[in-house]
Amino acid sequence: MKRNSEFLILSIFFALFVLFLYGPMFIIFLLSFQGPDGGLTFPMNGVSTHWFEKLVQGMGTVDIAAALERSAYLGFWVTLITVVFSVLAGLAFRKKLNGANIIFYTAVASLIMPSIIVSLGIGLEFRLLDNAIKWILAAMNMTETLESYGTSLGLYTSALGAHLSWTLPFGLLVMFAVFNRFNPSYEEAARDLGATPWQTFRYVVLPLISSSVIGVGMFGFTLSWDEIARTSQAIGDVNTLPLELQGLTTTVTDPSIYALGTSTSAISLAVMACAMLVAKWFNKKQLKATS
Amino acid sequence: MNTSIQSAGQAQSDLSKGQVSPFWQITPFNCVFILFFIVPLLLILMVSFWDFNEYEILPDFTFKNYLSIFDGCLNTQEMCVTLKTYLSTFKFCFTVWLSTLLIGFTLAYYLAFHIQSAVVQTALFAICTIPFWTSNVIRMISWIPLLGRNGLVNKALIESGLVQAPVEWLLFSNFSVILAFIHLYTMFMIVPIFNSMMRIDKSLIEAASDSGASKWQTIWNVIVPLSKTGIIIGSIFVITIVMGDFVTVGVMGGQQIASIGKIIQVETSYLQFPLAAANAVILLSIVLMMIWALTRMVDIRKEL
Repeated sequence: MKRNSEFLILSIFFALFVLFLYGPMFIIFLLSFQGPDGGLTFPMNGVSTHWFEKLVQGMGTVDIAAALERSAYLGFWVTLITVVFSVLAGLAFRKKLNGANIIFYTAVASLIMPSIIVSLGIGLEFRLLDNAIKWILAAMNMTETLESYGTSLGLYTSALGAHLSWTLPFGLLVMFAVFNRFNPSYEEAARDLGATPWQTFRYVVLPLISSSVIGVGMFGFTLSWDEIARTSQAIGDVNTLPLELQGLTTTVTDPSIYALGTSTSAISLAVMACAMLVAKWFNKKQLKATS
Repeated sequence: MNTSIQSAGQAQSDLSKGQVSPFWQITPFNCVFILFFIVPLLLILMVSFWDFNEYEILPDFTFKNYLSIFDGCLNTQEMCVTLKTYLSTFKFCFTVWLSTLLIGFTLAYYLAFHIQSAVVQTALFAICTIPFWTSNVIRMISWIPLLGRNGLVNKALIESGLVQAPVEWLLFSNFSVILAFIHLYTMFMIVPIFNSMMRIDKSLIEAASDSGASKWQTIWNVIVPLSKTGIIIGSIFVITIVMGDFVTVGVMGGQQIASIGKIIQVETSYLQFPLAAANAVILLSIVLMMIWALTRMVDIRKEL
């Protein structure tokens, strides 16, 4: 009896937590379909897609479509690099690796380091690089190049690096979890049958870890897609979508900001759903192949 | 974690012919962390001793940035801005840490010990973690329709006659900042504590209850000590996030509440990089001391 009442209380607590977690998000999802005369709070003044249309037309000085495109491209490259570098690092850690502990703890340190510090550091790094480049150009009397030189800070330099310093530690931790449970006898069998290291990796190891690799990719994209703190000081003249969104919270006073929130969350959720489906598909294929 | 590195390393220690050496496999990974983590940190330390004017930063070796941060802090009458800000950040940190720990521990305990089916367990765990992969800012602004002046909470309070005028401290206040922190970061407690709890041998719990331990005694004397690693990892995440935060404090505090992260952000926007760097060095030292204290707590327990 006592056990049942404890279960009941904890179940209610869990349900309340889920409500706390999802309730507010559900409310802005509803309010983003607010009628044209509706405001930031309830009641709903009719139902419409007015605010989504307004979003597509652009919000004042901010070009949402361009920011979305930038974030999507950046997210794509972050995902790709995170997957490749994490898998390679995961493989390296299975062998005798010099400085394994230092590398591991550096990655963990990067994960827990306050983002504003990393961001400031990367921003400084590229500004000092700018100064050095300008100094060299001036010393070489290349005045034309000097005048047209802007900055080395940008989406695919400093911002990409800032995102990787955040996504790669997650990727490494996932690879650790995978390879700690990995049975090396499959590889040994492949080797005994005369497979080259590449064939062993491509046809034995990779299919076995594929669903986790998809997971690493999902981490990479969704973390990059919503990143603010690390990007904030480490980006040049253009902003990513979440940075624009953060700026808009102080200026926009109509439901179009909810429409934007609904849209970007929908993209995050769609990426997660795709990743899960693909991982499931790989798992199924794996089961078929091994049974 | 040490042991897992070693066991992973031993899995395949001999390098057969034609295999790529681990050095080359780890090189791209290392390059990222050297270029975008280690060098930036060293540059922060270096620039914190530099001078600056309105337009540029000037190489130098001066303590004036550090001195200006602690300017007036020896005054016993009134607290200086830096100490005030740290005090406020510490208060947030403590409240959020305690709340997320209690909530996270309870939820992890429920998932690990009360849910028998592995499928249900995975599903409920996923429900707790999915919001982590959506935008933090959106999860913050989603409180506006609830807590705002004309929000649902205020409407309910007025209709029920509990208050005459809308309650103002619900949004853009210390309260909303703490609420948002708990909303965003309880996940960082649930995951590692749940992970630790799943490794606890269930027969230990049975043994405890067979020996006559009450539910609370079992939790306090068996589960809590065995979940210590998870608790410490979760605490490190939550504490480092809150200590360096400027986005949550900014958005949920209506840009009115100070934090160290916000000071650094404002200083960089005025191109006062050496000052921002000095603040970052101080923040980093404090955070490292807190982490050091936390990690010592686990080691001591293990040695006892």
